[in-house]
Amino acid sequence: MDKIVCTCGNVNPAGTELCESCGRPLNEETKEKKIVDMRYEGSARRSQTYNKTIIDKVWNFFSSVKVGMWIIVAILIAAAIGTILPQVFYVPATNETDIAAYYERIYGTFGTLYYQLGLSDLYSSWWFQGLVGMLGISLVIASLDRVIPLYKSLKKQKTKRHISFLKRQRVFGIGKTDVSEESLLSAEEKLKELKYKVKREGNAILAERGRFSRWGPYVNHLGLIIFLFGVMLRALPGFYVDETMWLREGETLYVPETDGYFLESKEFIYETYSKEESKEVYGEAIDRVGTIAKNYQTDVALYKGPEGSVAGHTEELTFEKEASIQVNKPVKFDNFSVFQMDFRLDELATMTFQLQDKETQKSYGEFKIDLADPQPLYELDKGYKVEVMDYYADFTGFEEGIPQSKSPLPNNPAFLIKMYSPEFPKGETSFVMIKETVEPLGENQHKIAFQSVETRDVSGLTVRKDLTLPLLALGGLIFMIGVAQGSYWNHRRIWVQLLEDGQTVIAAHTNKNWLSVKRDLDKVTEVAHLPKYLDQQDTDSLEEKVDIEEGV
Amino acid sequence: MEVSKLAQSKKRRFYMRTAILAVLVVAIVFTVYSNLNKEKNAVLQVGDKAPDFVLVDMDGTERRLSDYKGQGVFLNFWGTWCKPCAKEMPAMDNQYGEYTDQGVQTLAINIGESDLKVNSFLNRYGLTFPIAIDRNKSVMESYNIDPLPTTFLINPEGKIEKIIKGEMTEQDIANFMDQIKPS
Repeated sequence: MDKIVCTCGNVNPAGTELCESCGRPLNEETKEKKIVDMRYEGSARRSQTYNKTIIDKVWNFFSSVKVGMWIIVAILIAAAIGTILPQVFYVPATNETDIAAYYERIYGTFGTLYYQLGLSDLYSSWWFQGLVGMLGISLVIASLDRVIPLYKSLKKQKTKRHISFLKRQRVFGIGKTDVSEESLLSAEEKLKELKYKVKREGNAILAERGRFSRWGPYVNHLGLIIFLFGVMLRALPGFYVDETMWLREGETLYVPETDGYFLESKEFIYETYSKEESKEVYGEAIDRVGTIAKNYQTDVALYKGPEGSVAGHTEELTFEKEASIQVNKPVKFDNFSVFQMDFRLDELATMTFQLQDKETQKSYGEFKIDLADPQPLYELDKGYKVEVMDYYADFTGFEEGIPQSKSPLPNNPAFLIKMYSPEFPKGETSFVMIKETVEPLGENQHKIAFQSVETRDVSGLTVRKDLTLPLLALGGLIFMIGVAQGSYWNHRRIWVQLLEDGQTVIAAHTNKNWLSVKRDLDKVTEVAHLPKYLDQQDTDSLEEKVDIEEGV
Repeated sequence: MEVSKLAQSKKRRFYMRTAILAVLVVAIVFTVYSNLNKEKNAVLQVGDKAPDFVLVDMDGTERRLSDYKGQGVFLNFWGTWCKPCAKEMPAMDNQYGEYTDQGVQTLAINIGESDLKVNSFLNRYGLTFPIAIDRNKSVMESYNIDPLPTTFLINPEGKIEKIIKGEMTEQDIANFMDQIKPS
């Protein structure tokens, strides 16, 4: 690993292709080239030079652009595979067996295979995240390995470059024209007019413009790294919350993951377009599909528990604000946003009954049961009363004579009721279901007659918090700045040199947009009487020139 | 001189690369690991401090977890519709009688049902240990309850000793209560 000492005296790091100072080619391979590779100014990418320890080997692996490209391709293919079937979080099942069964039922053998290979939860798999992580490593190392030597060699470059460097530039011209100090000065002036930064050293001119565009790719990578860092932060507790809650009208519930916040639903509103109001726009569609939703809205009140309070506390909630949550218009508090996401209409809320005489259907009074909080006793007039002995919200039938309820949701309410009347002070027992009554202890004289129901709606809300968004936005912005920097500017350099043998050399290089630099050069040669140049890569123009010279 | 300088810079380069690689690898391993454990992390784990709560039981007594410091707490979450709950609760009641004097408290938390329903349930099974209703489901949220029944054994230091998902036999219950007896 020896340093390379150039004939000009500059000491270059091992692996350098073009002397950082004078530009002489430093190895045979480069010497044989007609045009030098200017991509990294011929500097030594550190990865290519040291390959000793395991750390160096790992480093060199990630430094390779080829490796980076294959990582991107692998991520691309994997991400695409993840879209073939719905991912597990879109599947309407919660436990493993149900999920497996779902994939098999809907997608058959392929579905089972997809599930068993773990492709159904691809984006959360360790290997996918590992791939993205490897891309992150590749971005950091490949950038570091290139930007530092590039910066060094651009900073170190001398105004006076060796002829062997200049003649290997794509745009090159040499000739014995009548170039005096005066024409060098006018060239300098013209270049300055063209917004070049001009340096002069003896009989050599280096004019340079837009060097900062060379940093574009690295700024761009920095943006990506910040973006990935933001995504990484989501894994830390407190940065990212995505929860759902079901909230019934009139109910006050704790908002998951928040610091003691509670939401009460005042009302859920579901509106559709009427034909009269929007015949123009939706008339046809309403005829076709029936209804078109106009608004999903939950009117809520937000409360906060006392500072430092513990779970379970229901008193001392302080009112914070009222808000209407609509689709894409969440209620916001304390970095949280609560979104309208789903709804269920018309869940049973109350049931109204009459105590009647079975024969005459004469009513002895009416009572209303709140299904969320049924009372044990409902007093009616004149000594009539109704005792609710038990309540079955989701009645499914009797098991060994005992009524069963399969959930706490009022899907099929049933009541075990005792009716007290002056005639039956000890009460008559009745089991009241929807559309049916059982009299378990013998024939009754009275009955509970169903009158009406009130329903309430349930709002499905999503609770979300994302503290990484500003970081993601910053990463995105820096990424775009890098893209603009690298695309809309280009790094142009023009060398003019008066050789000792009286010949004049011009050469130019740009990282893109060769036409522009040639045009700049045209303007300069015109005023300064410099020799004609050739584009050594554009063979057509080369042959043309030869033809002209040979007089054909 | 030249050689030692070169060796030095090589050394520096080695440490630099090792440090950068280490930082990147640690960051990625941590991210992948915590993403994989996200669902598990959301749920309380053995060894965690049991989140404090305060609820009023069916007799009107305020029950605050932190008041039981120094005693074991057998914390059960249940619902009247849940059949395994109905099976294990009478057994819990028997053991409650055995272990309260030995410093193990029993508390059953119902998930947001009505007073009437909970009262009829505890009358039917003749339950005597404290039962409270988590009306706004905040205790359930902080303990991440799924499925019912779920039982937490909380030791005298207030740490979670064990989490039992599903039904327990009377023998299980006795063993568990024994496990959190203050020494």
